Amino acid sequence: MIDVVSSLLIVAGVGFYLAGSIGLLRLPELYARLHALTKADNLGLGLLTAGLMLQSPDLLYALKLLLIWLAVLAASATSAHLIARHARRREKRP
Amino acid sequence: MLTAQVLYALTGCLIMALGLRTALLHASLLRRVVAINVMGTGVFMILLAIAYRGPGLAPDPVPHALVLTGIVVAVSATALALALAPERGTRR
Amino acid sequence: MNPVSLQLFDVLLLLSIVGLAWASLASPDDRRSVILFMALGLLLALAWGRLLAPDVALAEAAIGAGLSGALLLAALREQPRREAPGATEAVAKRGSSPLQAMTQWVVTLLCAGLAGILGWVLMHIFAGPPLDRLTQAVSANLGVSGVSNPVTAVLLNFRGYDTLLELAVLLTAVLGILALGPGRAGYQPAGPIFDALARSLAPLLILVSAYLLWVGAHAPGGAFQAGATLAAAGVVLRLAGRQRIGLPPEGALRLVMAAGVGLFLAVGLSLLLLGRPFLGYPPAWAGALILVIESAAMLSIAATLVLAFIGGRLPAHGIPAAEPATRRREAITTAAAPERGGEEQSGC
Repeated sequence: MIDVVSSLLIVAGVGFYLAGSIGLLRLPELYARLHALTKADNLGLGLLTAGLMLQSPDLLYALKLLLIWLAVLAASATSAHLIARHARRREKRP
Repeated sequence: MLTAQVLYALTGCLIMALGLRTALLHASLLRRVVAINVMGTGVFMILLAIAYRGPGLAPDPVPHALVLTGIVVAVSATALALALAPERGTRR
Repeated sequence: MNPVSLQLFDVLLLLSIVGLAWASLASPDDRRSVILFMALGLLLALAWGRLLAPDVALAEAAIGAGLSGALLLAALREQPRREAPGATEAVAKRGSSPLQAMTQWVVTLLCAGLAGILGWVLMHIFAGPPLDRLTQAVSANLGVSGVSNPVTAVLLNFRGYDTLLELAVLLTAVLGILALGPGRAGYQPAGPIFDALARSLAPLLILVSAYLLWVGAHAPGGAFQAGATLAAAGVVLRLAGRQRIGLPPEGALRLVMAAGVGLFLAVGLSLLLLGRPFLGYPPAWAGALILVIESAAMLSIAATLVLAFIGGRLPAHGIPAAEPATRRREAITTAAAPERGGEEQSGC
């Protein structure tokens, strides 16, 4: 039973990653692509982590996986912010 | 003879050849540094394929130690090569 | 584990790796090449994990993908800005004369031949009996090595001499880098968001590196992965605008850099004086000696890699924003020093 739920979560996570990658390839503008990548990929990673947490042997293991997701969340949000800010400044320069 | 060993070892040879070709022929220093790193990657893949013993069995630890040493030496060589690059001193 | 699905995974992974490697090498733009190389590093970490080499996977992710990528990006920053893509000429565009075209063909054929010969030799090796002599020697002697992780035992005990020389190679590289003059240009102080991230990442990375060092004795981990994680903390702080990133002043910094090789040599030579072979640890103290050597090696590796990222000498005085990180880093160094001193005394 746990395995079924785990597999569903992991497949859903991979689906979100696929959506993010399609967005990266097909969307017209930098800011739109940043949206697709950051949001879809982080949600995909969250679902993937949830699926893996169900498979962990003990609580500490699951908490470490959660920590990975939180760290990636913080880092990718900050990188998206930095990329967008840099692109914005590039635009404003004559 | 494990399929995984053969697959990874032959791919390692291929990657090494690709890296060597670019390292010898390309013009930009940065690209050649990347190519030498890719060559190193091919060699690591060959070593780890030799060390692999099968899905449940413990692998051979000696090539693992060799690869670890190789990764660190590769990064120090990369650092020195990039510090010696001719573009040093031209700041944007 | 279903063998067919594992083979499918292998084929897909290897196709992606070869594709990424080729895309990185053949890309018209240097910037694109570096970014594809970093992605290649992460896929390689996955491949090393699949080949049941978790120590190597950790090192590849931290050093191969992370720090090599950071070094390449820092070097890219110095290139004069070229707006036209493809300005770094690939070989194919440049070689218009027949001599250059023939050179390309000859080199390509030679590389293909080399790969072919190597592949043929490897197939012969795989067709024969497995090469188990060293594996059996390692498992037979793992009990007296002082650690239970076989890779750490090989690195720090059975082949400790190689690791000593490797640390010497690192030291040589950083001496070369320092001899080339002042470091690369710093970065402007970070805005509030990145600053907050840097402030929370740096202590987390320091904690993770200490954990990796400690756990390397009985699980995947060790001094190199720990040193790389610590160097990553330094790189993040430098990117956030702290110029001196809390590194100790010049004299102490040289001591830290030399401590890896120095301590290793000191342990080896004092064992010689005690009548044992060079780097032949007595089994009762092997675990403690390995931990001491690994701690010094970790600090040494971290200092070396951070200085390699900076690209040269540091300015004598940092900007005031560097102070909190300085106090933190010096606190860790001075906390580590009495601990090391205490362990050496109990060892002798």
